[in-house]
Amino acid sequence: MADLDERAVARPAEDPFGEYGVYSRVRDGLRAYRMIAAMWIRSTMAYRASFAMTTFGNFAATSFDFVAILLMFSQVDELGGYALPEIALLYGTSAVAFGLADLLIGSMDRLGHRVRDGTLDTLLVRPVPVLAQVAADKFALRRLGRVTQGLFVLGYALATLDVAWTPVKVLMIPLMVASGGLIFCAVFVGGAAFQFVAQDASEVQNAFTYGGVTLLQYPPSVFAKDLLRGVTFLLPLAFVNWLPGLYVLGRPYPLDLPTWVAFAPPLVAVACCALAGVAWRAGLRTYRSTGS
Amino acid sequence: MNDRFIELDRIEKVFDVRKKTGFLRRERREVRAVDSISFTVARGEMVGYIGPNGAGKSTTIKMLTGILTPSGGRLRVAGIDPSRERTRLARRIGVVFGQRTTLWWDLPLIDSYRLMHRMYRIPDARYRENLGRCVELLELGALLDVPVRQLSLGQRMRGDIAAALLHDPEVLYLDEPTIGLDVISKAKVREFLKDLNTEQGTTVLLTTHDLQDIEQLCRRVMVIDHGRLMYDGPLTGLHEVGESERTLVVDLERELPPIEAAPARVVRVEGPRQWLAFPASESAAPLVARIASAYPLVDLSVREPDIEAVIAQMYAQQAVSNAVS
Amino acid sequence: MGTGRLYAAVAAGGFRRYATYRVATAAGVFTNTVFGFILAYTYIALWHEKPHLGGYDQAQALTYVWVGQAMFAVMVLGSAGFEAELIERIRTGDIAVDLYRPADLQLWWLAADMGRALFQLLGRGVVPMACGALFFDLALPDGPLPWLACLVAVVLGALVSFAIRYIVALWAFWLLDGAGAMQITWLTGVFFSGMLLPLNVFPGALGDLARLLPWSALLQAPADVLLGEADPPGTFAFQLGWAVALLAVGRLIQSAATRKVVVQGG
Repeated sequence: MADLDERAVARPAEDPFGEYGVYSRVRDGLRAYRMIAAMWIRSTMAYRASFAMTTFGNFAATSFDFVAILLMFSQVDELGGYALPEIALLYGTSAVAFGLADLLIGSMDRLGHRVRDGTLDTLLVRPVPVLAQVAADKFALRRLGRVTQGLFVLGYALATLDVAWTPVKVLMIPLMVASGGLIFCAVFVGGAAFQFVAQDASEVQNAFTYGGVTLLQYPPSVFAKDLLRGVTFLLPLAFVNWLPGLYVLGRPYPLDLPTWVAFAPPLVAVACCALAGVAWRAGLRTYRSTGS
Repeated sequence: MNDRFIELDRIEKVFDVRKKTGFLRRERREVRAVDSISFTVARGEMVGYIGPNGAGKSTTIKMLTGILTPSGGRLRVAGIDPSRERTRLARRIGVVFGQRTTLWWDLPLIDSYRLMHRMYRIPDARYRENLGRCVELLELGALLDVPVRQLSLGQRMRGDIAAALLHDPEVLYLDEPTIGLDVISKAKVREFLKDLNTEQGTTVLLTTHDLQDIEQLCRRVMVIDHGRLMYDGPLTGLHEVGESERTLVVDLERELPPIEAAPARVVRVEGPRQWLAFPASESAAPLVARIASAYPLVDLSVREPDIEAVIAQMYAQQAVSNAVS
Repeated sequence: MGTGRLYAAVAAGGFRRYATYRVATAAGVFTNTVFGFILAYTYIALWHEKPHLGGYDQAQALTYVWVGQAMFAVMVLGSAGFEAELIERIRTGDIAVDLYRPADLQLWWLAADMGRALFQLLGRGVVPMACGALFFDLALPDGPLPWLACLVAVVLGALVSFAIRYIVALWAFWLLDGAGAMQITWLTGVFFSGMLLPLNVFPGALGDLARLLPWSALLQAPADVLLGEADPPGTFAFQLGWAVALLAVGRLIQSAATRKVVVQGG
């Protein structure tokens, strides 16, 4: 026992495969996340009627902005040169991707609140990563409502689109949803990291999460070039559905980019998650040195 | 190793405080919340860590648990540097924050315990045994299925203490464990902590500004003020250093000359009411009996010295001894 | 006179309470501005496709976008305002204390909410509007009169907004879980206020219905008054009508709730 202590003291967390290395931390984090989320699901299921109602509410709430698009198309035949099924594809993929991120770690926007009331300290004294605890906190299965709504729109798009489907294009759909979900997860984590510094600024996060998903529902041809450059090169939301989606639709991206970027989303997603992880660690370090 | 279970060597914590001085102007100022504190705690000790609000007690606890990173000095708990290996240390310590709960607010108490069981990877048999003992001694049986938000402050505190002990921590930190509790809850919590320390041998460090917690629980006490360690020793010594006094407030039937009852001395007279100060180490009972037999007594009450008064006295004494030497 | 001063103090308290959260206000302004940009570009595309849609030209449509962002916090179209707190007080029973105060419950909360609305108008309304005017070609009136008329419409709209939310909050006396009711009102509010799309773009009967509902008093009415698309006295009458009706309904529910509290002791 004493032997083991000495070793760990000499090389704390340097060996990535060791008991306290990066890999085991990720594994521990995922395990803790699953445990906490499972408990919230169990407690939600104790009130099934209430769960059904709030899930339907979530579904209806997220439907309204697609209803607004439908209302637009009751007046016009295309928007920014795109027909309704094409916009539905963009809408569906971004909504499902965002919905999954929101379902998995949507509670992270409460971090500033936890810093303010001091309850973050209680998470720091437990033997599992804080990120997993914050992410799984108040895990709300009702957010499946948004995912379901996005799936409906996506289904509508796939059924009505006039596209020459190739195996690659078919594969693009799950790829968009998965890597898009990861990109949005990174935005959530990055936003939470920012709240370590500015506790009252949870609304800034909304601009990038809810604002981002609203932006991606419309075709890129609608927006100014500068805005497009911003969401392509700075905050790479364009990789969620625009670049791969436009490849599926066989349409050119308004910015001059090579074709292969349509296949870049997984790489971009991994890079975003890595950056968000770094930001999170920096935020947590700031908190631990300032105490607020 | 045993006699240096917790070890602080010139530990410091400096905060940057920004104060608004005008509409947009801000002034930056350094605040030394903990200023070069050194002490060691042996395994199995029960230590009181006291001081007025804002003295640096909670900051010290947060550094001991790894929540905060010290600005300077060396810190080891069970041979581990808390701020560098926070999660590893977490399995070996228990923490109770008096002001906020570590339990899941919206869920029944038992759900929090189930999560702790798996989060700390407690062997099933140990978990059942520990939970059983805590439920029995802290009288939690009827509360297990109640959501934490519906518990009273005292019930919640007992629930929190149980949660901190399920994984057999070697040391238990309690930050103001009796704050806001009623007399009965306070007594229950103190009794439990005393048993925990003597029977399980758990090291306990508790912060409080209730002197009675210390009197009933701790042989050793540390006083901190303005981030500095003012005193470290037995409680009786603290009374000597601080010469803290309790006050007996006596209501007589009529105005009388000052009561004579050594070692108590009258410090104030207001009509038929007199205030007598006596050393906190003395029992009040014989004093009361003597006064009652000699004077026409209507009512009386005993006032405990508070931490602030003790510390104020310590300062005064220090000033005196400095002046003498 | 004494009571007037009391409610003025309550309103000032409501103002100050929100004014203390400077970072939150700045964050809200930022978010409103981002949403304003996104909506503005989609409206440009929409009006490019069909000029004079709903009787607006493009500049008017863009002005509508930024008025919408300015009204977002004032009319509580995004998140919960006082009602979350009121519902919590009803659920915990603290409301009994409020009912025995020598002040009228509805007027008390109204005053506080008006203080809040005034702060949100200054703190969260002005900057997005100015930002919109800076980056887009807006159809803003020249003289001060339309601005003043718009301000009146905003005040009346804030009254309607309060009246709706007060009724919703009082449901908590009868419903165990008010979250569902609140969510539905919020949804209906966002949709029928014209936050997503101006009501005059809504097709046919849906558009006619939307323009008659109280939520059209929150955003569509002030915007149309500013754009010179609606005749001010008629708009004011419409808003005032809904405000009076809904406040009266709120009072009725309040007295029923009071009886319930008195009979059941909370």
